[in-house]
Amino acid sequence: MTERSGFEPKIIGFLCNWCSYAGADLAGVSRMQYPTNIRVVRVMCSGRIDPIIPLEVFMKGADGVIVLGCHPADCHYVEGNLYEEKKIEMLKKLLALTGLQPERLRLDWVSASEGQRFARIVTEFTEKIRELGPSPVRGKNPNKEILKNLEAARNAASDFRLRVLVGRERELTEKGNVYHEKIPLEQFDSLLDEVVEAEFMQQKIHLLTHTEPLSVKALAEATGLEPAAVLKQIVNMRRRNMITVDRIKGTTPLYRALEVA
Amino acid sequence: MSKEKQPKIGVFVCHCGVNIGAVVNVPEVVEYAKTLPNVAYAEGNLYTCSSEGLSKMKEAIKKYGLTQVVVASCTPRTHEPLFRGACEEAGLNKYLFHMANIREHCSWVHPKEQEKATQKAKEIVRMAAAKAALLEPQTEPEIDVLPSALVIGGGISGMSAAISLAHQGFSVHIVEKKDVLGGKLNELHKLYPVNKQSSEVVEEFIQAVKSNPKITLHTSSTVKNVDGFIGNFKVTLDQNGKEKAIDVGTVILATGAEVLEPNGKYCYGEDPNVITQFELERVMKEGKLKKPKNVVMIQCVGAREDKEGGRNYCSRICCAMAVKNALEIRELYPDSEVTVLYRDMQTYGKDFEEYYQKAREQFVQFIRFDAENPPEVIIKSKGEYSVRVEDILINDTVDLDADLIVLSTPLVQTEEAKELSKMLKVPLGADGFFLEAHVKLRPVDFATEGIFVCGTAHSPKTISESIAQAYAAASRAGIPMALKRVRTEAITSIIDEDLCTGCGTCIKLCPYSAIRKNERGIATVNDVLCKGCGVCAASCPEKAITMRHFSDKQVLAEATAALGGA
Repeated sequence: MTERSGFEPKIIGFLCNWCSYAGADLAGVSRMQYPTNIRVVRVMCSGRIDPIIPLEVFMKGADGVIVLGCHPADCHYVEGNLYEEKKIEMLKKLLALTGLQPERLRLDWVSASEGQRFARIVTEFTEKIRELGPSPVRGKNPNKEILKNLEAARNAASDFRLRVLVGRERELTEKGNVYHEKIPLEQFDSLLDEVVEAEFMQQKIHLLTHTEPLSVKALAEATGLEPAAVLKQIVNMRRRNMITVDRIKGTTPLYRALEVA
Repeated sequence: MSKEKQPKIGVFVCHCGVNIGAVVNVPEVVEYAKTLPNVAYAEGNLYTCSSEGLSKMKEAIKKYGLTQVVVASCTPRTHEPLFRGACEEAGLNKYLFHMANIREHCSWVHPKEQEKATQKAKEIVRMAAAKAALLEPQTEPEIDVLPSALVIGGGISGMSAAISLAHQGFSVHIVEKKDVLGGKLNELHKLYPVNKQSSEVVEEFIQAVKSNPKITLHTSSTVKNVDGFIGNFKVTLDQNGKEKAIDVGTVILATGAEVLEPNGKYCYGEDPNVITQFELERVMKEGKLKKPKNVVMIQCVGAREDKEGGRNYCSRICCAMAVKNALEIRELYPDSEVTVLYRDMQTYGKDFEEYYQKAREQFVQFIRFDAENPPEVIIKSKGEYSVRVEDILINDTVDLDADLIVLSTPLVQTEEAKELSKMLKVPLGADGFFLEAHVKLRPVDFATEGIFVCGTAHSPKTISESIAQAYAAASRAGIPMALKRVRTEAITSIIDEDLCTGCGTCIKLCPYSAIRKNERGIATVNDVLCKGCGVCAASCPEKAITMRHFSDKQVLAEATAALGGA
């Protein structure tokens, strides 16, 4: 802490109205002490937190984001918290690809009677963020690479594919699809890994080729992927009308992003 | 907010006496608020919630033509309705109000860091003002309420609720799965602390139900389906395989509870003279209790424990029930010894403590054991047992002979309740019982409007407590029916028809079945059913769904305002 004594983490907390916000109120009524760093935004249900929201908040320089909901089975809206859990799991996968530590995002449960637990979680999380240091995209000189990655992640989280998959995860893994086939959780998880990575890479390539047309080789360097893997994504992106060949330079095609309708 | 009209926000910062003022520098926060975008007016109040504070707020709204109001004080969970009311009185839609919590979330938790707390308070106000600038007026839809109720369950709670509703002038349908009314009371012998026959009490209630022309009885019936919402529930009953349809305005859940069967515990199920307290009731009711020499009762069997299969709650009725049955046996057979093995005797409140004293006077023995070290039951021969217990009050091992062992097991939720929970979209808590909207503020309501709960479906409780809660539920259900019209939630979701592709993700996610596809295959929201959780909006693949009062834009504005500036 000493070498970072000047660092005051900026932490945004999204708290559900019924349990966690009430738990935070109770911490106040009980005069518990915790660090001053958290800024609370009240929402009706933790399940309201669209994956886009934490990503936007990170892009604006937040050092940490914490989402707090009711304990499983205590949700005021039956299961909103369980749906949020799936969203946060997916978000952590996305964050891991951006270079921003996934530990900067936390989901936990605090009931209306757990003022002490609220104070403990906030203290713990603040300490964790202190350890991690300032967000690389915070302040006047943000890490451009990570910022771009966060933008790609935000775009991936806005895209139909990932949203459908996460929105339907519990249905597909717990209740089964229209053919009454349940997908085992591990199988779904590895599928989600694949889709998260593909969506992220496609959005990243899209952002990179937005400013200037680039070759597969240049994209491979920028993304750290093998050229073959880049090409595979480009083929998919062309199918989705996300990218086109701008021109052929020598024998090398240069790709340019298309505006997505 | 229309583009041509610039918001004019008023900010009122409360000292709350010393509660906020002694930690946060309120004048500094007021001055800071004046510098914020869209803030047209700011002032500090000693107590914004006092009548003086409220009238100053109303004056300022009119004088400065304020379009949105922020009060920086305590938690919206207690004071938002008051300030919203003041806004309405000043002619401002109540959804144009936003609260900044600088007490519970700031001054009270950071009293030793006054400078940081002041800085935090400023930021909380900045966040609130950023959201307030985007607030829009909302209307709460009004709907008609049918003056009739459905009571599910014909036990003591259901009958009490039905009688009360009928007395208020509403028609009532009782649905009972069995062919008789009375529920668990039909299995009980005598009731503590009055020692009245259970059957006498039940009979009085049954007569009151049957003789009331306002009450329609559906025995041997179950609820097959419930559609609709407060004021207009469409209920399908299944009576011996035949379907019946009824329309009601409100629903009361009084489905009762079951007794946990402690299979495998203390030789239960292995020998006929190891029985539960409820089984003892039945035997005594039938007058078939053979004279026992030594009775050992064990309390908290499968209750107040974290172990698998157990319940961590206290079942509330078992201590008094054991005391009553111990006294009953001593009275019936004065030569029989009764020993109660307990962890804590909780004969709480009026009458029960005296009852416990009486049992001691009647030489009922009480031995306290530790939860970590429960008694052991050994079958010596059929109907002959030896019970070994560590008495923690004398710190010694006690061996008891017994020919009747009675286990006090907790009340647990019924299987049907799980079905009803899904059907009516009302939650069950971690203990399996129905979960009220708020333990103190709305103890018999559900978050779903028009549905109420009472009796042991909600938690284990005594008969008098069940009746009292049933009257409470009937009284709550009576309110919308007496008003004939109700306003429902304004915080609902809106679907952009141009963006919706009809994928149906939201339909699957909505916990209230509030979203359906219209004839064009586009999702539409029923405003009355929607409770405003926002799960649909957070998940819509096309981002076609916006939440009223909690739009992405509003939530993000509030969050990112914390990150701007210093």
